[in-house]
Amino acid sequence: MPPRTLYKKLVDSHTVAVLDEQHVLLYADLHIMNEYTSPQAFSSLRENNRKVLRPRQQLAVVSHIIPTHPVSVADRVIFDPPSALQASNLKRNCRDFGIKLFDTNHEEQGIEHIIAPEHGWIRPGMVVLCGDSHTTTYGALGALGFGVGTSEVEHILATQTLVYRLAQDMRITVDGKLPAGTSVKDLVLLIIARIGAQGARGYAVEFCGSTIAALSAEARMTLCNMAVEAGARAALIRPDQATFDYIREKAAGLSEPEFTQALADWEQLYSDQGAVFDIAHAFSASEVAPFVTWGTSPDQAMAVTASIPDPALAADAHAGATISQALQYMGLAAGGAMLGLPIDRVFIGSCTNGRIEDLRSAAAIVGGRHVAATVRAMVVPGSGEVRRQAEQEGLAQIFIDAGFEWRQPGCSMCLAMNDDVLAPGERCASTTNRNFEGRQGRDGRTHLMSPAMAAAAAISGCISDVRKMENRHA
Amino acid sequence: MHDKTYITGIAAPLLIDNLDTDQIMPKQFLRTITKEGLDRGVLFDLRFHPDGRPRPDFVLNRAEYAHANILVGAPNFGCGSSREHAVWGLQQLGIKAVIAPSFGEIFFSNALNNRLLLIVLEPDKIGLLLQDQAIDKHLAIDLEKMEIRCASHVFSFSLGGRHKKMIVEGLDMVGATLQLLPQIEAFEKRHYAAFPWGYVLPSA
Repeated sequence: MPPRTLYKKLVDSHTVAVLDEQHVLLYADLHIMNEYTSPQAFSSLRENNRKVLRPRQQLAVVSHIIPTHPVSVADRVIFDPPSALQASNLKRNCRDFGIKLFDTNHEEQGIEHIIAPEHGWIRPGMVVLCGDSHTTTYGALGALGFGVGTSEVEHILATQTLVYRLAQDMRITVDGKLPAGTSVKDLVLLIIARIGAQGARGYAVEFCGSTIAALSAEARMTLCNMAVEAGARAALIRPDQATFDYIREKAAGLSEPEFTQALADWEQLYSDQGAVFDIAHAFSASEVAPFVTWGTSPDQAMAVTASIPDPALAADAHAGATISQALQYMGLAAGGAMLGLPIDRVFIGSCTNGRIEDLRSAAAIVGGRHVAATVRAMVVPGSGEVRRQAEQEGLAQIFIDAGFEWRQPGCSMCLAMNDDVLAPGERCASTTNRNFEGRQGRDGRTHLMSPAMAAAAAISGCISDVRKMENRHA
Repeated sequence: MHDKTYITGIAAPLLIDNLDTDQIMPKQFLRTITKEGLDRGVLFDLRFHPDGRPRPDFVLNRAEYAHANILVGAPNFGCGSSREHAVWGLQQLGIKAVIAPSFGEIFFSNALNNRLLLIVLEPDKIGLLLQDQAIDKHLAIDLEKMEIRCASHVFSFSLGGRHKKMIVEGLDMVGATLQLLPQIEAFEKRHYAAFPWGYVLPSA
């Protein structure tokens, strides 16, 4: 057999049938559902009198619409009638079809892409599908994960497979040590800024190099989670000791002999020597600085110390107009500084940065300081487990003492489907994945950044260079 | 008209790079368990003021584009969220086809699964097409010949075999795959014999 990429190995091992040159019938080991991209799939299933083929390989979560007010989870009530209907509808669908559900009042409830790895549902070599674009997250554990639409959700429910258009292979190599005060979020924003919002469109991206190898399993999830913002169909990282240690801890369902056997298999999950990538990029970790977005697309990002782009200096008139429009929406002046820009809100959370490591890195900046009087700041843990752990470690108290709101888990203000919404004109330092126009609220202004940078913004009341804050206390 | 192989109509330019599905169908319209009523939500913030009045300057609100049933977009049209509501909404608004240099991946599949025609056309051809729009806003899309005909140009485009079949004939994909159920079951047997740790057992 000719040398294959990791991506091709995963596709090959899950191909039920080759449909034509570009399409295969791809088997899903696991399918995850949420309350807002699955209802019409279940309805259609019922209308056609079809059943769910493999209920045990389904997992459902109420995560996008859920209020995050700090009442106990058992007492949590969704007051918005359409949202409450979505939640009860998912509950009914899961009950009728025998699907495991992390419901509104479940103490382990959280964001789908946080709770699935946390409960050991994601293992190297799996194919995992979900009606959510950030399903690319699972590549961090060597699983092929990607988002699908509702018609495809229906197809997977009925057949446990997907009619899948094959992607091309892209390799992104990053070598070197991330500079002090920077994190994987800064790295991924740099990558997206360099290759563009459609730079990886049509590709499955494999991240490799010494920088990636040095990342924790959770940091890798942040990286793979954001790959879709460069258009990637999937992201992958070769499973290694960090992956195996994470799985060992989380996937407690595997017996000792099973784990040993599994390891032998997982160690084969890499791109063969000589495997051909259709395109390759390389970056040096030394180029990474604390990054922020200045515009309305995740690729409109720059080092926090750089100047805001000037449309007059753009490559062509169309590019200039695109910059102008983003600056107008964001209320920013061409050529100005991002440093010192006053902010109104801080949001720490989401499937990108709502994990325990993210909260630790934010708390490290927050400790002993106080949120600026002009800022409303909230921390929304990614799951009940993350919340509990943060409380045990004393992180929650650090946030509370500093004046942060310590909330219940959910997607919350990442896409603002619940009542955590920016008011028009409000400017938010956000650890989320998308700064699209209106994403966090109509005419709201989102600046994407790392948890540490968001924490620094909360304390100083403006966009700040977290490296300076750390130095002050060094 | 639209008999699945021939679409004629007015094409409205919507030249926003990376036009994301959050903008095509904002969050407040996703709190539903049906597909109904999504036409109101399409491009809501661009089409309407916060108080609900139409923005007169927005292309789809201008008299000459009131009956547009084709959109001409910029690169990476439909990027971002997987929400299929974006496709359903566009169709409910009467859109039959979108022409753009490139499309977001999940949006592309969603469109195909709903028989919304997406045509990839090179930026220079789109430039000429838009010049023609100044003369005559009507376009004709012929799927048999794979041609777009406008005032003074004919552009050829290509569609994959499966893509064309989906749009022209439609397909009960679930039904078609269910025909392969014996193959799926045989695959599962092999797969989980070799790969038992991929078979998910929920933790306690």
